[in-house]
Amino acid sequence: MGISVDKNKCTGCGLCALTCPFYAISMVNGKAEIDLEKCTLCNACVEACRKFQAIQIIRETTKTPDIEKYKGVWVFGEQRNGNVQPVVYELLGKARELADKLQVDVSCVLLGSNVKDKAQEIIRRGADVVFVTDNPKLEHFLDESYARILTNLIRKHRPEILLVPATVTGRSVISRVAVQLRVGLTADCTELDIDLKERLFLQTRPAFGGNIMATILSKYHRPQLATVRHKVFPERAADPSRTGKIIEMDFDKSFFISRTRVLNVVEEMASTVNISEANVIVAGGRALGSAENFRILRELADVLGGTIGATRAVVDSGWVPYAHQVGQTGKTVCPNIYFACGISGQIQHLVGMQSSKIIVAVNKDPSAPIFQVANYGIVGDLFEVVPLLTKKFREVLKRA
Amino acid sequence: MNVVVCIKQVPDTAQVRIDPVTKNLVREGVQAVINPYDFYAIEEGLRLVEKHGGKVTVISMGPPQAEAALREAISLGCDEAVLLSDRAFAGSDTLATSYTLAAAIKKIKDFDVIICGKQAIDGDTAQVGPGIAAHLDIPQITYVRKIEGSEGNALVAQRTLEEGYEVVKAPLPCLITVVKEINKPRIPSLKGKMKAKKAEIIKWGAAHLDAESGRMGIAGSPTEVWKIYSPPPRAKGQIFEGNIEEAVDAVVEGLKDHLN
Repeated sequence: MGISVDKNKCTGCGLCALTCPFYAISMVNGKAEIDLEKCTLCNACVEACRKFQAIQIIRETTKTPDIEKYKGVWVFGEQRNGNVQPVVYELLGKARELADKLQVDVSCVLLGSNVKDKAQEIIRRGADVVFVTDNPKLEHFLDESYARILTNLIRKHRPEILLVPATVTGRSVISRVAVQLRVGLTADCTELDIDLKERLFLQTRPAFGGNIMATILSKYHRPQLATVRHKVFPERAADPSRTGKIIEMDFDKSFFISRTRVLNVVEEMASTVNISEANVIVAGGRALGSAENFRILRELADVLGGTIGATRAVVDSGWVPYAHQVGQTGKTVCPNIYFACGISGQIQHLVGMQSSKIIVAVNKDPSAPIFQVANYGIVGDLFEVVPLLTKKFREVLKRA
Repeated sequence: MNVVVCIKQVPDTAQVRIDPVTKNLVREGVQAVINPYDFYAIEEGLRLVEKHGGKVTVISMGPPQAEAALREAISLGCDEAVLLSDRAFAGSDTLATSYTLAAAIKKIKDFDVIICGKQAIDGDTAQVGPGIAAHLDIPQITYVRKIEGSEGNALVAQRTLEEGYEVVKAPLPCLITVVKEINKPRIPSLKGKMKAKKAEIIKWGAAHLDAESGRMGIAGSPTEVWKIYSPPPRAKGQIFEGNIEEAVDAVVEGLKDHLN
């Protein structure tokens, strides 16, 4: 167990020392030495030494018993007020692709109250099997009962992969499930694939605020759990000819016990628009100058059927509610089109929007970093440019 | 009311990147800071204790340098600080981390509320908070944006949803994770800074915990990093300077097929 340097293979190139984020490696007599007090076994040096393979991390870890008996790809069918969330259809599309590679079924777990009639649509979207537990006690999302039921189903049916939406609900419940099952969980994956030779699930996610991509494996534990954000994968279209099995699962009342209780649910669409699901976001920075001036961004957003976003500085000034904040301490979004208006493009903002499909930047300063990530950039005053964009888009859409 | 706040020392992520030439992690000048969300957790812990009495214990797992983060927490008003640092913890993923923190919190024993930031900015997983609650088998309320009531033996809190919020009641002891909206963190006082300098930081290693060695560190971590790489660079964009009318026309033309 642990990390070691093969002194015969080490060429003393020093790449590992340069790479180590924890300053744990020094070169002694032309060979790498690892300070075990500082090392966190993060694997960065092993990567850096891929060419010479002088550094090795040895793992001894437990293994899920009967690991080869785990088969099938599952999706957690998150619903709110009985409506299956669009992200579930995105995950079903990906699950179908993975399952076809593995030659196994796609199953979806649907928990809630009055949700039974939604199972057919889930099948049209790519599932072969839907496990449904329809019980009034599941009306509100409750971490404990949802986790208990999900854990039980997994133990009984042994899927090899489970995909979960990276929503407030999905992230809360699956973290508890992972602990109860003692298995690995990878958050916010942006690429998912299968290594067929080893039958492993390759889970790739941004790390360090998106500046680095990391591919994560869980070699010895099943199921392999991953969460995925909205809009990362395309939604799978419904195929009315698809058929599948709907299995209703009943549970003893002890499964529905929860120490937490939901007293009240407050929808506040006006102030907490779910910008993670928006196709178009028109975002503004401090250059807007005031809360009132966001009107011009709202007009453009309205024409394009989108919503507004904001930088941290704007939210901290109280011009726009926190629900619209994009970036490190706000939301991570990936719309089809992101307009960055009067946003300089500090890294804290970029990490929240740089995976948008198309980025349009409007800024007076031609050297603003936002232009580095923009597909289209207009150097100019946003108070001139944005209303003009609104006008021209309105014309184009009217014609269409 | 006794509160445990879990904090993490993270690299200032804005500065971490991969060298385009050598393909290695560039660590020059990367500073370690308290995870930004954890300041809101500390602040909420301090407010609960100011209201009800009791103490705030701040706990962090990390390398010996993480002591600096704990001293900073004391300067803000936390009463005690525990550093979990041991070779045996190295290589922990979120499962092993939440297991180890839960074991340490069991040792602290006397707690009513555990508070974590909603996630850490280096990993962005939001898994460790609920993981601790699961290991301790206590209820949780994640993404809390306001504590409405903390009287009696329960907590009533607003949990942020994608399209609003819900009011959730949990009996004590419980764990909450907090979002930025919950409060405005204080800045350390001069007195606090003096106290932090002298404060004794409690240090525990694996041997101090009633925990199975096979469930901590790399041995207790099902996930492993297989490879790391730079994200593919974005295609070079078109930047328009000069005539705004022409620029807008070009952009609208380019985008019109993407408006579904």
